[in-house]
Amino acid sequence: MLKSALILLATFAMYIASGQTMDLLDEESTPTVVYTFATFKTNRVVNGHSIETVAKREFDLKIAHRFGFLSGGPYDLFGLDRATMRMGGDYGITDNLNVGIGRSTEDKTYDGFVKYKFIKQSTGAKKMPITATWVSHMGITTSKFTQITRENEFSHRVHYTHQLLIARKFTEGLSVQLSPTLVHKNLVDSAGFSNDILALGIGLRQKLTTRTTLNLEYYYVLPDQLESDKTNALSVGFDIETGGHVFQLFFTNSSGPFEKAFITDTRAKWLDGDVRFGFNIARTFNF
Amino acid sequence: MVAFTNHSGGIFKTNTGNINVFSHTAIEDITADNHKVKTAFDGTSGKLQFSALIKDFEFPKALMQEHFNENYMESTKFPKSTFNGMIENIAAVNTGTDGTYTSNVTGKLTIKDVTKEVSAQGTFTVKNGVVNAKTTFVINPEDYNITIPKTVASKISKEIKITVDADYRHAH
Repeated sequence: MLKSALILLATFAMYIASGQTMDLLDEESTPTVVYTFATFKTNRVVNGHSIETVAKREFDLKIAHRFGFLSGGPYDLFGLDRATMRMGGDYGITDNLNVGIGRSTEDKTYDGFVKYKFIKQSTGAKKMPITATWVSHMGITTSKFTQITRENEFSHRVHYTHQLLIARKFTEGLSVQLSPTLVHKNLVDSAGFSNDILALGIGLRQKLTTRTTLNLEYYYVLPDQLESDKTNALSVGFDIETGGHVFQLFFTNSSGPFEKAFITDTRAKWLDGDVRFGFNIARTFNF
Repeated sequence: MVAFTNHSGGIFKTNTGNINVFSHTAIEDITADNHKVKTAFDGTSGKLQFSALIKDFEFPKALMQEHFNENYMESTKFPKSTFNGMIENIAAVNTGTDGTYTSNVTGKLTIKDVTKEVSAQGTFTVKNGVVNAKTTFVINPEDYNITIPKTVASKISKEIKITVDADYRHAH
């Protein structure tokens, strides 16, 4: 009974399929490689990079705002009185190789990065389950040294972050990214802690409509590497794409908008209500 | 005997037909080309077919191409667009003799699983056994379930010009 039902179903499916093919055309031609696109709406998940790169000769201007804590209450208009920001941009040397620079209010930090997408998720003639991108950042803080009794050197201002970003677009709606990360600080905050800090970033995006997505980003710092008052950064946000712009609206407990800051300097805790509102505006220009 | 003297008839095909999509507004012109269109016609019956993969439309700006696929055409869900119709007066198109012939083409255009009747005048130029077919017609994206948000409505025309240009060769 089941068998005959299956045969009937298969026959029906074949009938449907044949109705759709064009009888004059060779629809069954050699398969081509179909690269997955739009794993994320933009090249940031929330704070951290996504596997996406800007296309060749495109400049993606990024203005990132973070406000004060919601726990500041009505006196601080729930944090809106305390805005910090990063202005910067990503540029496509090729479709896969990007460079970027930025300047953040936090510690008056200048940052720059090189980003290279070296594996692309694809189906068809070539099957590749993931997209992988490497990004190396360098940051230089330029705020005045606070410990004037110490011998302060320029190298103390420098920090680096290296990330391997691995993402898969599982369905049209769901994309997941894992980001093993190494942060190197030339100067640690307190004695006895390593200059190298290992973390694992996890990014999730779920499409809500064709133009909006829900994003989640969590950076887990492996235990016993940071001062005990520090915590992991968790961010929840929405991407809204309007054609020329992508707006990212989010809530996060993280500090500054560059990697070393949000991965290794986050102290605020969601459970204490120390969560801030932030938004990124991305606008792409063509050259 | 007629069949021997008239070299019309048979199937004519190409896998590298061209379709251009053009939108003109006061703010900007948007153009995209697909050079990998599969198309064929039957020189006897006049039956004409097209099949174009949406992802094969190339835009000058990468972001436009992404938005075209992701937001407007939803190409993962609706990977191809097809046309299934007739060259109405196929007898007037003598594929065996060099020259230029015209005929109306009518049929069903399917975009995003929405099928509509379209009709246009086609020009067929026969030269050294190659049949070049050209036609232009206009569609309204709304007719095919392509929604354009208000924020970009001033940049995307409601009259999208479709230009088809294909060189057919006799299929053996």
